[in-house]
Amino acid sequence: MYNGRVNTWDVIVVGGGHAGCEAASAAARRGARTLLVALRRDRVAHLPCNCSIGGPAKAHLVREIAALGGLMPRIADAAMTHARLLNTSKGPAVRAIRAQVDKALYPALMRARLADEPNLAMLEGEAAAVLVEDGAAAGIAMADGRRFPARAVILATGTFLNARTFVGDVTEDAGRHGEPPARRLSASLAALGLRLGRLKTGTTPRLDAATIDYARCERQEPSPTPLAFQFAWQRPALPDRPLLPCHLTYTTAETHAIIRANLSRSALYGGLISGRGPRYCPSIEDKIVRFADRERHQVFLEREGWDSDLIYPLGISTSLPADAQDAFVRSIPGLERAVILRPGYAVEYDYLPPDQLTAGLETKAVRGLFCAGQLNGTSGYEEAAGQGLLAGINAVQYLHGDAPVVLGRDQAYLGVLVDDLVTRGLTEPYRMLTSRAEHRLLLRQDNADLRLADLGAALGLLPAGDYARFRAKRAAIDAELDRLASTPPGESGVDGAGLASAADWLRRPASTYARLRETDPVAATVPEEVAEQVETAVKYAGYICRQQRQVAQQRRLEAHPLPDDFPYQQVRGLSREAIDHLTQVRPRTVGQAARIPGVTPADISLLLVWLSAKKRAAVSRETR
Amino acid sequence: MDHRTDRQTDAMTDTIAALSTPPGEGGIGIIRLSGPEAAALALGLFRRADGSALARPTPFRQYYGHIRHPETGDVVDEVLLSVMRAPRSYTREAMAEISAHGGPLPLREILGLLCRAGARLARPGEFTERAFLHGRLDLTQAEAVLDTIRACTEAGLRAAQRALRGELAARIRGLRARLVALLAALEAAIDYADEDIAVLSSAEIAAEIAALRAATEELIASHRQGCLLRDGAAAVIIGRPNTGKSSLLNALLGEARAIVTAVPGTTRDVIEEQLDVGGVPLRLMDTAGIRPTDDEVERQGVARSETALADADVLLLVLDGSAPLTAEDRALLARARGRPAILIVNKADLPLAVALSELGAHVMISARTGAGLPALRQAIADLLLGGAVAAQSPLLASLRQRAAAEEAARALAQAEATLRAGGSEELLAVDLTAAADALGALTGDHARDEVIQELFSRFCVGK
Repeated sequence: MYNGRVNTWDVIVVGGGHAGCEAASAAARRGARTLLVALRRDRVAHLPCNCSIGGPAKAHLVREIAALGGLMPRIADAAMTHARLLNTSKGPAVRAIRAQVDKALYPALMRARLADEPNLAMLEGEAAAVLVEDGAAAGIAMADGRRFPARAVILATGTFLNARTFVGDVTEDAGRHGEPPARRLSASLAALGLRLGRLKTGTTPRLDAATIDYARCERQEPSPTPLAFQFAWQRPALPDRPLLPCHLTYTTAETHAIIRANLSRSALYGGLISGRGPRYCPSIEDKIVRFADRERHQVFLEREGWDSDLIYPLGISTSLPADAQDAFVRSIPGLERAVILRPGYAVEYDYLPPDQLTAGLETKAVRGLFCAGQLNGTSGYEEAAGQGLLAGINAVQYLHGDAPVVLGRDQAYLGVLVDDLVTRGLTEPYRMLTSRAEHRLLLRQDNADLRLADLGAALGLLPAGDYARFRAKRAAIDAELDRLASTPPGESGVDGAGLASAADWLRRPASTYARLRETDPVAATVPEEVAEQVETAVKYAGYICRQQRQVAQQRRLEAHPLPDDFPYQQVRGLSREAIDHLTQVRPRTVGQAARIPGVTPADISLLLVWLSAKKRAAVSRETR
Repeated sequence: MDHRTDRQTDAMTDTIAALSTPPGEGGIGIIRLSGPEAAALALGLFRRADGSALARPTPFRQYYGHIRHPETGDVVDEVLLSVMRAPRSYTREAMAEISAHGGPLPLREILGLLCRAGARLARPGEFTERAFLHGRLDLTQAEAVLDTIRACTEAGLRAAQRALRGELAARIRGLRARLVALLAALEAAIDYADEDIAVLSSAEIAAEIAALRAATEELIASHRQGCLLRDGAAAVIIGRPNTGKSSLLNALLGEARAIVTAVPGTTRDVIEEQLDVGGVPLRLMDTAGIRPTDDEVERQGVARSETALADADVLLLVLDGSAPLTAEDRALLARARGRPAILIVNKADLPLAVALSELGAHVMISARTGAGLPALRQAIADLLLGGAVAAQSPLLASLRQRAAAEEAARALAQAEATLRAGGSEELLAVDLTAAADALGALTGDHARDEVIQELFSRFCVGK
């Protein structure tokens, strides 16, 4: 993209984690000259916590990133060391891939991918300030004094802002184990009028793989059939090495006794940490205090890669002192002789309360300044990557003067994620859950392409060949649905006495498409990924309809846009509290306004009446 | 050509129902429906005198017949039915009107049947709101609409807060808490598929759903017996001391209940009586005069009066017609402004000294002679069943509770069907969320947030 000033970047992305990588790649592929600034080049796309990607709601996010042409699914598929399909006993809406990736290969592949991007350059160093001119982002200043002008800036700094790590009572100013924090950027953001808050999260000790007695653990095999985050039409490349098993063990009464005896030395319980930690990612200290009656807790032993010596024991994140970590780890069956190569630690960091962002992830205070990932208070690689992708997309929309891409809550988990963040704010790190999605039956990992691939192609992020194959799949689904609806059951060779069509037969609980294939010659030729969609569409139709009825009111309200400068103070009858919340969040639609805590149904009625009155006043002025 | 009307008709797709005129003593009550299903819902219950259904009614024509219970076929009431097509109606939506004359019980039954068939009870001021949004009312009326919504909502809030203290509310909350707990267990199993958490068996889930459904059915049955109607609308008599508040209470009750003397401040506590006004139960409260005082006992009475006043659905403000307005009177008039209230000028048997032109709408009575009391009763009934107070009148408040319980029962029956058909957790969750939200609608609670709270407090999940 030619911008008339040789020294000016179109987009600068600060931070090279999962959000930063997606943001930089998306912006560059959409034609923007992009600079990615990372504290350490060799830590770009690092996986600082465990090595798993996916799981319920998170796999859904990754599939959505795939449909939009993002990088995480492609890299995760290529680096996959273990994969299983979860919730197989439940319906398709909540089935989810959980994979583990090779912790060395994943970042290497991602860095290679970024290096291949012609529009993208990388710079190592610490960004110290966001430069602003006339209320708009104008570049960044580095800690060493260099200044880089840019037309848009994306912050994806993860847990590094003013970060402190805690191993028991030993604290250190660090963004991650052994890596310095970013001290100055927080002050620069505060000076721009942005509020900052404090959050915490934790990680587990890392064990030496050679010191573990696997014979005393349960073995979990990977899925025998190949699984991929990318869709079949994207022709995913999977590794040619065999997938690794995972092992499972449990804490014991002795483990719990050791932890209890050392609680006062924990950073989390000793009062050193003030930030709020996530309930869904509790430390082992938390688990033992809050669920005292539990006799044991699961510990998954995840190998960090084919050639790695490190084991990530999922389930025992802790900030106890190193000697206590040693003692309790060795009370766990299979880990009696385990050597801790790196102790677990807690990290506390600044975050930007996300009600300061628009639904396009742009700050309301500074135009052209976008924020993504853990900086916005989320947790998880997948949540970060999804926001990064959207921030990268929207930075380019901003450069073009186009409206931001905002996904609906009925369109994508990404839409639910961003809407929850910017509308409701948060008090603890935000993790995606399927139960947050009121349109859960519609938002499946298997149909993310049907929901989003058109958009991915329109934004220029999906390769043309992939998109053509996707459209062929969609046409085949539509054709098969039409055929089933107009085929009498007898012609398909199924017993559908009293039923009008094969589709009606398939709708019955006991019917399956697999059974249809046995006697219906056309069905026998339908590809598996098409058959899956057809079966789900038919079987879920009644429930999707009921779920849609439950949210009908909300959907109606989404049809009423609210301008950015809506004068809430002027609406007669609105409560003071409602005015405050509405002015802070600046909702885009009446539907979003209705989701803001503290805004009542009466306030929504008042807004609707006021909007209608204004519209009519405008119409009558025009026609006069 | 105005396209706006079409679009906004699309935007409001549900059909609302409400009582629209007061029945009075044995008078006629009208149930109005507005929305796309208005005619279909009314015709579904309506049978002509010969028992046949009415297929294609002519708009604005009145049809004579009966509302019959759709299952038993029993006659609920003798009615006149008329329908209007969009946009030729008050709201500019399709509408239907059912005029019945059997008094409040059949009216309530008809409204209940309409809700079961798919109508939703209108929010306060919602007919007016729809009329406005569809361009039916003039722009200059917009502010009045806004004021109506706000005033009705505040009254509704008071009624809801009061209702939440009752025994019925405790039962509804209890049911809802069990639903949320069950949902949390299902959601934990979905979102933490890998975790070592106690998963409920199908048999346990089925047993809990059956128990919840039985409890909900019981709640509905007790409603049918009329137990839920004991909590009447709250009318509070206010006025400066010695305007005749207690005399008025006694006159309305027809017996000497409160202590009546000519010494200001005699009524030292809130006195509460039940009475029936036009078929609607009313909790009529006499308050200690609200005024600054040094007497500790009286001060406590005044404090209780303030609470009663804040909670009231209707204010009956009593003025002494035989004396000019005092500053205290004016302060009370200011407090009554914007709330459903009736101004009562008492002591009509004495020479008039108050400037009536200052007051606006009012009712003249003499509590001593009984003059004007029928007009006052009618004014109270009008207020309760007609306009602003309608939605939070006890009749409708209890209808709301019943409609909510019935919807929850339907959703639970649906959940049982889902379970029988082998539906998994995420499908059951659709039905159970519908049940929890139906009960939550009474208090404005959404199940989704609470389920997530509950999930994390009850299950040890996460890495």
